[in-house]
Amino acid sequence: MRDKREVYKLSIATTQKKGFGAVLWDYLTTVDHKKIGNMYIAAGAFFFLIGGLEALIIRIQLIKPENDFISAGLYNEMITMHGTTMIFFAATPILIGFMNAIMPLQIGARDVAFPFLNSLGFWLFFFGGVLLNLSWIFGGGAPDAGWTSYAPLSLQSPGHGVDFYVMGLQLSGAGTLMGGINFIVTIVTMRAPGMTYMRMPLFTWTTFVTSILILFAFPALTVGLFLLMFDRMFGSAFFDVALGGNAIIWQHLFWIFGHPEVYILILPAFGIFSEIIPAFSKKRLFGYTSMVFATFLIAFLGFMVWAHHMFTVGLGPVANAIFAVATMAIAVPTGIKIFNWLATMWGGSITINSAMLWALAFIPSFTIGGMTGVMLGAASADYQYHDTYFVVAHFHYVIVGGVVFGIFAATHYWYPKMFGRILHEGLGKLSFWLFFIGFHLTFFIQHFLGLMGMPRRYWVFLENQGLDTGNLISTIGAFLMGLGTIVVLINVVYTAVKGKKVSGDPWDARTLEWAIPSPPPEYNFKQLPLVRGLDPLWIEKTEGKGKMTPAEPVVDIHMPNGSIYPFIMTIGFFIASIGFIFQVDNNLWLLAVYFGMALALGTMVVRSLKDDHGYHIHKEDLEREAD
Amino acid sequence: MSQDHSLNPETMPHDPSKATTEGKHKFLGLWFFLGGETVLFACFFGTFIALRNSTAGGPTSQELFGLELVFLMTVLLLTSSLTSVYAIYHMKNNDFKKMQLWFGITALLGIGFLACELYEFAHYITEYGFTFRSSAFGSAFYTLVGFHGGHVIFGLSWLIALMVRNAKRGLNLYNAPKYNTFSLYWHFIDVVWVFIFTVVYLMGAVS
Repeated sequence: MRDKREVYKLSIATTQKKGFGAVLWDYLTTVDHKKIGNMYIAAGAFFFLIGGLEALIIRIQLIKPENDFISAGLYNEMITMHGTTMIFFAATPILIGFMNAIMPLQIGARDVAFPFLNSLGFWLFFFGGVLLNLSWIFGGGAPDAGWTSYAPLSLQSPGHGVDFYVMGLQLSGAGTLMGGINFIVTIVTMRAPGMTYMRMPLFTWTTFVTSILILFAFPALTVGLFLLMFDRMFGSAFFDVALGGNAIIWQHLFWIFGHPEVYILILPAFGIFSEIIPAFSKKRLFGYTSMVFATFLIAFLGFMVWAHHMFTVGLGPVANAIFAVATMAIAVPTGIKIFNWLATMWGGSITINSAMLWALAFIPSFTIGGMTGVMLGAASADYQYHDTYFVVAHFHYVIVGGVVFGIFAATHYWYPKMFGRILHEGLGKLSFWLFFIGFHLTFFIQHFLGLMGMPRRYWVFLENQGLDTGNLISTIGAFLMGLGTIVVLINVVYTAVKGKKVSGDPWDARTLEWAIPSPPPEYNFKQLPLVRGLDPLWIEKTEGKGKMTPAEPVVDIHMPNGSIYPFIMTIGFFIASIGFIFQVDNNLWLLAVYFGMALALGTMVVRSLKDDHGYHIHKEDLEREAD
Repeated sequence: MSQDHSLNPETMPHDPSKATTEGKHKFLGLWFFLGGETVLFACFFGTFIALRNSTAGGPTSQELFGLELVFLMTVLLLTSSLTSVYAIYHMKNNDFKKMQLWFGITALLGIGFLACELYEFAHYITEYGFTFRSSAFGSAFYTLVGFHGGHVIFGLSWLIALMVRNAKRGLNLYNAPKYNTFSLYWHFIDVVWVFIFTVVYLMGAVS
């Protein structure tokens, strides 16, 4: 057997001059959570751009009354793909990317619990997104039944669009579930010495609670997608009323998943702001314990309220009242959080830079979204708002004003940690103001459009009904948001090439991830740190030491081997998915199903037959590297 | 790692399946996975309960279900769970041969269960023309019971791969967690079957 130490030395030598092929192979086979995090963010950003383009096309269509920029059918495809892409392939994966890149550093871990599974999860998400978008070319049209894909509309949808939706979401959902389990086990078992639960940073806490939500919410989507798949592809009768089916089952399953999904998105954003606001206020987070408690309460209530999406279905006044009260109750823990962020800043020494600007803008923006949420939660009033632009305005205030602001804030805050360079401040502020103004122009006016009776999902609106100006302003705002996004991209590319290099702790921050070099070495911590309280790095700074006390001597570090198997398995499932979609037209496509499944399952068998013990980085090498 | 993972009575830890970090991760990870699986099956059960009387003029559960066969299937699967407990007991006593033997019996009982299930489905289809497409009840029945059967097939493949792979090298700290996680998964399948037996067959035959 080859000496692993030699291999490691070689790998240090070759990092300097790697060809494109070697880099590509490195990323295809990596099980390093930091690289996987980068890939999640890059892929998510790519899908974010696609989803954003679709949004702009929607807004161009609605720029004036009775416009004919795109056809009604294409419009349906656009709104479906915009929603599906943004939720499943942009917002969720980018957040999971930050969790991967940052959370293990925050708890002082050298790795995650299941590096192999982590890689598999990424590739399943990525190929799920690719599959969904291939529907534009091969599906005879993209899915057009809305991102909620309500039956029986989704059963009637012609072509293969909805089939691509089903298989794409099924693939990526399985990947997300794996990511969730990985994070939970990592946080439970791999915290550094002294990192008790109540010393964990809020971003780690929200990652933990979000992962629990993923674990219990995604299987409901899995089941719903299976039922839809069987109805569309194999002639079952779950939603076929003529054979006794019941279309409301889809709505229940979808929202049992779909409502927690909203909290899967917003809780990590809360975690991000709970890191940024204390760091730039130079104060510890106000009400830490109540923040943790509120996170759990929001997660719990998030599971109890799915039927508020179904007030007008006819569940009856008792069910509606229960779900209305549960929905409004969520405002309480959320309010606790809002006040805690404000109290954190109170009396603090506040630095306002791009990351902090996003956090500051988030508070009022998200609060507006929360208040309209309480309005929508009133079941009787919901009969008025239902399926109007008021709803569109509400959920964009929550998801853009909360989640997207959070993603941009995290980008500015953690970019130096992830890549060792700091984003350009001027460009950062420019992108913020463009996006922030654009966001409020786009969506604030939509509240009023909705109250005036403009329905959502409609392709055109009529002249002289008071909707013209509002829609025009909304479209202008959307373009400003697009411009802001482009400036962020320019900033990222510019910084990658010419950005200023920074030390491990450019913000003079408080948590453990800032105690190591930027970008972190592959083993994260040379010696596991000893955690002595909340904001461990800050404690060491205030006591004059400035760096963490090691909890162990320098020892050999056990590392997992890279593997190409996750990629091959995913290709197998991808081929099988295509087979499932097209076997309706021609039975020969079943061969693709068999081949794809054989490839995926065969790779699993090979993986289980071949032992993989990983390798060690020896302590002599660690000591030498530090010099 | 250069150290030898194989065990003898002197080096035997209290529980070999949880003696290593990887073993602990696997154990915990599988428990969380089963948490997700619980939601999965709960949703299938909910769908089935909503649709179990939607027969659309086709065969009803009272006409279809014969409890003798289902009782035999229950005995086979419950016994297989018991034999896997014996296997884990022998793992903790570091008796690899007996562990493989009891896991072998577990596999045979699982195969017996599957054979009965295939016979049952074939019987419904040929005798009653009751298929996946007959009615919403049919779709829900075959989906719920079929997903459980799929889990049995997956579990059997997992067990057989484990037994074949490790047949010649004995118990060690690398493969003990794998056997242990399998046995947890197998118990879970058993628990789901208890619910299927009650909700699908008993309630279906009686009501």
